[in-house]
Amino acid sequence: MAARIEVEIPAGAAGEAVIHLAGDWTLGSGPPAGADALDSRLDGVARVGFSAAALGAWDSMLPVFLRALCRALAERGVVVDRSGLPEGAQRLLALADAVPARVGGRRDGAGQRFLERLGGDTLAFLATAGRMLAFLGDAVLALWALARGRARFRFRDFLAVVQEAGAEAFPIVSLISLLVGMILAFVGAVQLQLFGAELYVASLVGISMIRVMGAIMTGIIMAGRTGAAFAARLGTMQVNEEIDALRTLGISPMEFLVLPRLLALVLMLPLLCVYADVMGVLGGLLVAVGVLDISVAQYMAQTWASVRPQDLWIGLVHGVVFGVLVALAGCMHGMHCGRSASAVGDATTSAVVTGIVAIIVATAVITVVCNVLGV
Amino acid sequence: MGCPIIEFVDVHKSFRNQKVLDGLNLRIPRSKTTVIIGRSGGGKSVTLKHMIGLMRPDLGQILVDGEDIAALDGEDLDRIRRRFGMLFQEGALFDSLTVADNVGFPLVEHTALGREEIRRRVSELLRTVGLPGVEEKMPAELSGGMRKRVGLARALILEPEIVLFDEPTSGLDPIMADAIDRLIRDTQAESGRTYVVISHDIRATFEIAHHIAMLYEGRIIAEGSPDEIRRNPNPILAQFLRGTADGPIQVQ
Ligand SMILES: Nc1ncnc2c1ncn2[C@@H]1O[C@H](COP(=O)(O)OP(=O)(O)OP(=O)(O)O)[C@@H](O)[C@H]1O
Ligand SMILES: [Mg+2]
Repeated sequence: MAARIEVEIPAGAAGEAVIHLAGDWTLGSGPPAGADALDSRLDGVARVGFSAAALGAWDSMLPVFLRALCRALAERGVVVDRSGLPEGAQRLLALADAVPARVGGRRDGAGQRFLERLGGDTLAFLATAGRMLAFLGDAVLALWALARGRARFRFRDFLAVVQEAGAEAFPIVSLISLLVGMILAFVGAVQLQLFGAELYVASLVGISMIRVMGAIMTGIIMAGRTGAAFAARLGTMQVNEEIDALRTLGISPMEFLVLPRLLALVLMLPLLCVYADVMGVLGGLLVAVGVLDISVAQYMAQTWASVRPQDLWIGLVHGVVFGVLVALAGCMHGMHCGRSASAVGDATTSAVVTGIVAIIVATAVITVVCNVLGV
Repeated sequence: MGCPIIEFVDVHKSFRNQKVLDGLNLRIPRSKTTVIIGRSGGGKSVTLKHMIGLMRPDLGQILVDGEDIAALDGEDLDRIRRRFGMLFQEGALFDSLTVADNVGFPLVEHTALGREEIRRRVSELLRTVGLPGVEEKMPAELSGGMRKRVGLARALILEPEIVLFDEPTSGLDPIMADAIDRLIRDTQAESGRTYVVISHDIRATFEIAHHIAMLYEGRIIAEGSPDEIRRNPNPILAQFLRGTADGPIQVQ
């Protein structure tokens, strides 16, 4: 029997109504008959009860319908007495009221308009940038405390990060920079051969590696390796309440956890950069000697002649800036991590994304500044 | 009660739109053991975290010796925090340090003691909490109850003026729980420090407390000495002490 709903207004009880539920209220049975008449029938009613005497089988359709009904009635200021409902339905309704819908639990992202999403993402990006600035401010304060000899941090922690972020990154930095040097040389050689200017491959590889590419490649490697590790480590400490425990001991986590990581990375990233530069030039050399018939001495002389000292300095500046950015992105996302295991995963991902975006933006800024300054 | 060492004045705290503390007024007497009881999820841990400035109230004041810590930060807050020790509900041990380094951490950071002396004190305290010989283990190698006792040792090692214990005996076997309760009672009696304990163990509460406060729906609904609490006619408190599911407190 199909679902039916009827309103009875008992004589003598002013402003009261009883809603009769009848038939089978299942998802397959279609919309209940009589629902469209509810609105007019309940006009002027102040109190509503239910009767389920004729109710047959029911599934989730019943609580869903009742919840919408109760909401609409509550909005009108009608008092709803649920005691006439089946006990199971009452409990389900209580449960639905007690637990607010999880924010973000519903997947309606696809329905968002493009502009809306773009706006949301832009705001999120600005918020991250703002938090990063605030975090940078705190880090500067901690550095100031360190300069006055008042910061607490263990030199041992600093060395551990130097070891992990520096020495252990050698193999991957070697591989990537060597390959990038070779790729630059190959791609450049194809063009330069057209003019018979193969020798300038040395200048191309030397200047681009030493001035920016070495730093960018190292920065990106470190964002993926060390920035992610910082975020995971600090995020886990946050989940585990270790950071709170530090705070209760009167120790600033900024000084104790962030400073050693920041300093170690600011020290190691430029050093790794120099190493990456060497590997990149070596990669170019391999291609030049192997494919282009340029001698080692010629290649080195050309590199030496075309790379100016300021190229090296600018490369190192990139390295220092990237060190700060990668360390801050990693530590910030770790320290602001939510209190669950999945939040640690999110923090790690965000640390890498923020780190890489920051590296690219910073490169653009430095390039423009160098251009304006004419170096 | 004399001059309280910690005082909550009309403290409100919400997470999203969930009200956890709703105008909480609470006075923690100096040099006594105060036990806070209340329902699971009722905001006891949140209250404790407010005392030490890990959380900030949305509204209201938290006075420690008359100084409002809700308004402090940086150095000033750290100075006050160094008067506290805290045992976290989940232990909150430093995962990358051994048990001995965990317990000795406050000594290394805040005192000028030598390494030998620190080792000696750490071993002694670990024996007192029933964990001899675990010094070189990592926290991940310990059971939940063992972690809690290591956390307890870390909270006590500096002999701080105020110690906050978040459920020191939950998750322990009854014999160990009783031993820890005795440890808390005896060290308090010996040192005359201020202890604040959160507990679900009603029997132990009456054994260790000088002062009991019941937190319900974000406020203190009853407080007083153990005798006063036993005689208190409040039906909610009575149901809680009886520990039955029927009464004014509804389990939903
Ligand atoms: N950091 C937080 N973010 C959001 N909500 C929180 C946070 N901390 C606590 N809450 C909420 O505050 C309420 C009280 O939590 P609290 O941990 O104080 O309970 P409790 O009384 O200690 O319970 P238990 O006896 O189970 O430990 C809970 O409903 C919890 O969901
Ligand atoms: Mg708790």
